[in-house]
Amino acid sequence: MSGNHPGLSNNFSRSGEKFSWSKDNLRSIKNIISKYPKGREQSAVMPLLYLAQEQNNNWISIECIETIAETLNMPKIRVTEVASFYSMYNTRPVGENLVQICRTSPCWLRGSNKIAKTICKETKCEINDTSDDNKFTVVEVECLGACSNGPMIQINNDFFEDLDEESTKKIIDNIKEGKPNVIGSQNGRRSSENA
Amino acid sequence: MLLVLKMAGEVQKMLNEKDKVFQNLHGFQEPFIEGALKRGSWSNTKEILSKDQNDIIELVKSSQLRGRGGAGFSTGLKWSFMPKNTGKQHYLVVNADESEPGTCKDREIIRNDPHTLVEGCLIASYAIQATKCYIYIRGEYHHEYVQLEKAIEEAYERGFIGKNACGSGFDFDLYVHRGAGAYICGEETALLESLEGKKGQPRLKPPFPAGVGLYGMPTTINNVESIAVVPTILRRGPDWFKSIGAENNTGTKIFCISGNVNKPCTIEEEMGIPLKELVEKHCDGVEGGWDNLKAIVPGGSSTPMLPKNICESVLMNFDDLKANGSGLGTAGVIVVNKNNDIAEVIERFAHFYKHESCGQCTPCREGTGWMHRMMQRLVRGEISPEQIELLENVTKQVEGHTICALGDAAAWPIQGLIKNFKSELISKYNKKLKAS
Repeated sequence: MSGNHPGLSNNFSRSGEKFSWSKDNLRSIKNIISKYPKGREQSAVMPLLYLAQEQNNNWISIECIETIAETLNMPKIRVTEVASFYSMYNTRPVGENLVQICRTSPCWLRGSNKIAKTICKETKCEINDTSDDNKFTVVEVECLGACSNGPMIQINNDFFEDLDEESTKKIIDNIKEGKPNVIGSQNGRRSSENA
Repeated sequence: MLLVLKMAGEVQKMLNEKDKVFQNLHGFQEPFIEGALKRGSWSNTKEILSKDQNDIIELVKSSQLRGRGGAGFSTGLKWSFMPKNTGKQHYLVVNADESEPGTCKDREIIRNDPHTLVEGCLIASYAIQATKCYIYIRGEYHHEYVQLEKAIEEAYERGFIGKNACGSGFDFDLYVHRGAGAYICGEETALLESLEGKKGQPRLKPPFPAGVGLYGMPTTINNVESIAVVPTILRRGPDWFKSIGAENNTGTKIFCISGNVNKPCTIEEEMGIPLKELVEKHCDGVEGGWDNLKAIVPGGSSTPMLPKNICESVLMNFDDLKANGSGLGTAGVIVVNKNNDIAEVIERFAHFYKHESCGQCTPCREGTGWMHRMMQRLVRGEISPEQIELLENVTKQVEGHTICALGDAAAWPIQGLIKNFKSELISKYNKKLKAS
């Protein structure tokens, strides 16, 4: 494993604060567990990791793992190994905006290197770094599955596609200035039609 | 008369709009229930569900639909492996973990035409006697997940799924489970492990999922596109589906074209469209013109690349690509022109496989890392002709020696590179040697 993604670091750490589920999440958990057969509550571990991550400023602390293990009546190690196996669980704190740059060949052929450079310059952080103001964490990731719209990046839950250096800079600027961004294609395409 | 014939021939070449299964692939219409009803989804589902389960399987078999997830196995035949009347809970699991580099077709189905998938899940589940179905969607597709959940909610509200689905007497529940960034979960048994709340490491087969699958119960796993075309096949008949494409390579297919083309796009076309036509007609050609073409990866990163001379005439279907030393895979077409280093394209794939190896089998865990390091040196022109042979040899030791096909998938692109561009790789080394 290359360890070039926050999720791939296997060094879990404590936040120092107890993690307990919010009221809303307690309701969601009930609903999530009901999707799986009785006795198979372990299936809910991935959705619960997402919930915990969302509630815990976008990362999974050891406290989160302990709480999930308790909720699902699972050994802690089973939760830990799931959290460390999947790259989307951040095992260390990340900035407000997790910027993931697709580096795989289809995006690379269309200039993902330039996009990465622009992002590093505009956010003032290196790949795998978090900016001083904690606004951005920048990582390079493998194929995100929007290849006909490459080069592309993902910021938190949103895809930004058909990028060039200018549109990339604009996206980062907007985030800095608290302005909304248009999600999806940045060159006016509806989706991945020929246009 | 001749002119008319010629025109008819030309019309036939391009897939007729009305033969497209996905009328809203690009999202210009309403993606949800109102739009879906207009496009014909859910129009006579009750009637379809009144058919005998075996008859549905036979119809799908006779349409010659082959799985759209990569392996190209007959969908109807796969369904027929499910045991009958076991008294056990059967499951349909839909693989929406679309992660093969170059592939972005299921994404368009899910976000723009989700009801084709929801309806397909109901019909396929009925055919294999599964009252529960899980759709496993890759975690990064958050927007698509939201769209899909909304479509499922709509289908429940209208009574299309749930208790007595469509008034058929068949009870059916559909759930979505999000992955979290692991390519390996696209392997069907790794997907099942993941769904059970474990690390996504593939299982040994046998037992096959049809016998012992999700939670140990009979399970069928199908790709999104395979399931989403089923309602239309049953509505318009297997003969209509078979009338498109060629024998054993029937129907329409979604192609995703990426890389060095003027207009990358995702498009539904006739199975077996010539590769050159796909690139020239739908993507406005290769960047720098057709003569600037270096090679094309025809079916997602795992399939060996095709050199330009084969690209001239190869047809985009299972059998013709196989005959030409590659495969249709997921139909993710990655075009590489001469402005880019073909070795680096493959080096990046090697990095991908190293990153995504689950670590269970030694040849893959160690081999993907070793192959990637060699590929890095190869890009820099630092490996000798003997070492290139060694690299090729090692790819063959990884291939076929692992539980799942990830090891094979990591080996094939490198083998394809060496097979087609060996002399170029050697001259790279010689150049570097001279320079130092």
